[in-house]
Amino acid sequence: MDAGAGNSEGRRKVRLATASLAGCFGCHMSFLDIDERLFALLERVDFDRSPLTDIKHCGSCDIGLIEGGICNAENVHVLREFRSHCKVLIAVGACAVNGGLPAQRNHLDLGQCLQEIYLTAPDIVGGQIPNDPELPLPLDKVHPIHEIVRIDYFIPGCPPSGDAIWKFLSDLLDGRTPRLGHPMLHFD
Amino acid sequence: MSKECFETERLEELLRPLVDRHHADPLQLVQILREAQELVGYLPPALLTATARALRLPRAQVEGVAGFYSFFHLTPPGRYRVLFSDNITDRMLGSGELLDRLCNRLWIERGKVSEDGLVSVDTTSCTGMCDQGPALLVNGQALTRLSGERIDRISELIRAQAPLADWPGEYFRVEDNIRRRDTLLSAEWLAGEALQAAIGRGSEAMLAEMQLSNLRGRGGAGFTTAIKWASARRAPCHGDDGLRYLVCNADEGEPGTFKDRVLLSSYADLVFDGMSVAGFSIGASKGLLYLRGEYAYLLPALRENLERRRRSGLLGRALCGQVGLDFEIDIHLGAGAYVCGEETALLESLEGKRGIPRIRPPFPVTAGYRGQPTVVNNVETLCKAALIAVRGGAWFAGLGTKQSTGSKLLSISGDVERPGIYEYPFGVSVDQVLQDCGAGNAQAVQVSGPSGVCLAMHEFSRSIAFEDVPTAGAFMVFGAHRDMFEVARNFAHFFKHESCGFCTPCRVGTSLVANCMDKIGKGLGTQYEINQIFKIHRLLHAASHCGLGQAACNPLFDTLQKFRPAYERRLCSLDFEPAFDLDQALAAARQMTGRDDPAAHFGLAARFPGVAS
Amino acid sequence: MNPPSILLDGLPVPFVNGQTIMDAAMAAEIFIPHLCHHPEFKPQGSCKLCTVKANGRYVSACTLPARDGMEVENNTPDLNDKRRTLLQMLFVEGNHFCPSCEKSGNCMLQALAYELEMLSPHFDPFYPNRPVDASHPEVLLDFNRCILCELCVRASRDVDGKSVFSLSGRGITKHLIVNAESGRLADTDFSWADKAAHVCPVGVILKKRTGFAVPIGKRRYDVEPIGMQVERLAARSAGEEG
Repeated sequence: MDAGAGNSEGRRKVRLATASLAGCFGCHMSFLDIDERLFALLERVDFDRSPLTDIKHCGSCDIGLIEGGICNAENVHVLREFRSHCKVLIAVGACAVNGGLPAQRNHLDLGQCLQEIYLTAPDIVGGQIPNDPELPLPLDKVHPIHEIVRIDYFIPGCPPSGDAIWKFLSDLLDGRTPRLGHPMLHFD
Repeated sequence: MSKECFETERLEELLRPLVDRHHADPLQLVQILREAQELVGYLPPALLTATARALRLPRAQVEGVAGFYSFFHLTPPGRYRVLFSDNITDRMLGSGELLDRLCNRLWIERGKVSEDGLVSVDTTSCTGMCDQGPALLVNGQALTRLSGERIDRISELIRAQAPLADWPGEYFRVEDNIRRRDTLLSAEWLAGEALQAAIGRGSEAMLAEMQLSNLRGRGGAGFTTAIKWASARRAPCHGDDGLRYLVCNADEGEPGTFKDRVLLSSYADLVFDGMSVAGFSIGASKGLLYLRGEYAYLLPALRENLERRRRSGLLGRALCGQVGLDFEIDIHLGAGAYVCGEETALLESLEGKRGIPRIRPPFPVTAGYRGQPTVVNNVETLCKAALIAVRGGAWFAGLGTKQSTGSKLLSISGDVERPGIYEYPFGVSVDQVLQDCGAGNAQAVQVSGPSGVCLAMHEFSRSIAFEDVPTAGAFMVFGAHRDMFEVARNFAHFFKHESCGFCTPCRVGTSLVANCMDKIGKGLGTQYEINQIFKIHRLLHAASHCGLGQAACNPLFDTLQKFRPAYERRLCSLDFEPAFDLDQALAAARQMTGRDDPAAHFGLAARFPGVAS
Repeated sequence: MNPPSILLDGLPVPFVNGQTIMDAAMAAEIFIPHLCHHPEFKPQGSCKLCTVKANGRYVSACTLPARDGMEVENNTPDLNDKRRTLLQMLFVEGNHFCPSCEKSGNCMLQALAYELEMLSPHFDPFYPNRPVDASHPEVLLDFNRCILCELCVRASRDVDGKSVFSLSGRGITKHLIVNAESGRLADTDFSWADKAAHVCPVGVILKKRTGFAVPIGKRRYDVEPIGMQVERLAARSAGEEG
């Protein structure tokens, strides 16, 4: 659709979508850390659904970047939307890759957590567990995204550095197998 | 505090006689724990502490051993511990329904102890009663031929707290079911005849006969027995009081195998003769019989037999009147661990440790039990050695095929008219066996148990022999109406349960494949899981520490190759699905919030809230 | 006369009798991935990371004695793929949340994952429930990260003579225990001065109140990948961790 536009080599621009699920937006911040290379990226990429565009639903895309794991029903819906619209889906950051910090609640009972937080904590009077249908319901456990849908690539890190994200994306856009060597590959 | 002191004192008092009986030997730890548990009902923390103190062992080591074996309980089980044999053949005979029925009758949940502490019901690995299943163990005692009626009666007996001695004797009857006899099972012999023949020949000549016989181990691996014996005989003992040892491996744990059970119950003289012949030939003055815990019911008869031998001069000092020729036999009871069938894990267990296979080399023939030269032979192998002592190696070599001399006992179970023990000369075709046992519509035979090979119909012309289809004896037949996926799934769970956990690939890999099989079984599987199974199979085959891990994915690999539609009809898509039920994952939150709107559900339930949940 | 040698990925590597493939490789500063191996302790061969192919057969490099003329494959795509899968198994078996771990950057499991380019745990995580033991005044035990290498078991038994640690359970339920009826480290005779306190290759045995002392970028495996640190790994001795 954007064939040739703004691209001297006449290549179609790649359509890219991003989302943060059960994450902290740290990976998105890290994405912005590619700084002026964003301009080079924009030469080759159009953004679809992303916090950067405020587009609410994902259209047909080439690449989807997912930050964060799956902790509630809405996360599942967004992830499935990305999977069905993106040719290549990439897990970005520790939470998407292995559940990360939110998954540290996995050895606790969800019912007990909700009860303690909203009903029995010492400073709560007349508390109630939120039940507005607008609010997504939490899953009993937090899951990395590869447990829910097929994932094509993983960029680990908490967060992965801007350099790592840039290296990974430019490899992919240039048709190389993406590869993170020392010291860009890290889990923390 | 005083109560605790009293408790510790009481436990030490209780332990003293049995620790003394075992000369406070730390290598007897497994036996001591078994006996202590029989007295107390389970192994409470204070008992482990007292045992450690009495044996001068680190407490953590005692707890490590106690935590390894399935039949040791660190928390109180029911006063009646019911364990259903969970081999696929038991399941095919309806054990699953019977287990549910018993749980319902007793108002208990499987795997949990009843609130009054009276009873617990769970499953255990194959108890070796496949020819007369479904089977179970109550407080370690074997019950056979269960039926709905018997289960109802059993629930009444348990509720009435009737001692096992008052239960109908019929329930505990174990049949031999010998259906075809060849040279071994039709042999007529007198206790001691083989030992006398071996002594008459002299140990060198006896070894020469063994070599001539070309007898190969009947436990499955098929190593030439004469080479094992000669190596151990040659190997130097270590230390001043070094002894050689002969170990009879009666840890018959391979699901579907029960030939050793029959040999030990009706041919025990031959087994002990074989042990004595082997001991004489390798220069061992001590023999150890490692009996699997599931066969504990055989123990009194075996002990009586040993006493008889002692009185007849066939056991103890100066065997058959030969001054200086001594041979003792001890029986060690296992405590529920399939891996101990592996000879070096068995030696570890004999030494009172966790049953972890050793690193080889060194091999047991040079450094085995207590670090001394040791021969470990299968029960059937030793019986064959006894026959060779009497009738000579040339006679034996004339039976069977050139590479697989002699006969083989097959334990036949599954979809056949006449399950039981069949003895054939090696070289018999699978077809012939199927015909003899009345397997009309077989679609598959699992030969040599889950770690063996699954043969499909087009392979039934193959023969039972080391050079074609080797076997330790199990022969489980599956009729055309059986679901081969469920067969493989049962085996996957068996290996997960029995992995010793020593090496990474087997410890984690057996769980991962069992999870894959459950996912496919739930209808959530895709091509992705099939690929996973193949990948894990390759890794386990290459990198596992012992044969258990190397073989753990064999049944999945075989059935995927030969019965693929059984898997494919369960696959839900070619892409990917989560292993868990997403809608169920919201259940806790639904309950806490009281919500039941469409957004509080996944799948069908999202469109029809309130219906599915 | 030439000393005996093995051919390691085509390179002649000499050895002295009694050395394993791992010993010979380490002496020649050739890296074979490993976790449960430590030059000071009797090899045990349980992690299987050091799986190599010797004369066509898969074997553990840390337990197999070298033999003259033995051809050994080590750094091959097939072996590295298998090792990566083993690492993924270890990662999903426990709870390895690197960002909150004090050992991050100095952890052998993590360093090997980098070395073998493990980008994800691949399998569904098990998320086992393993409470930490903070009872001891000096040391914290975080069982979530235990990879069952038994180095602490061996060190406490064979060097310290205390047998503070042992393994219990079987199969996937196998777990580390301590030598006390209460199950608490505080009730054992364990001390930070023990050898066993300093051999954990991951973040199970940690000194309290000293975490995160070295900044990111300066930690052991930030500086150089583990594959380049063979000399140090071979010279590991008392007082030096993983």
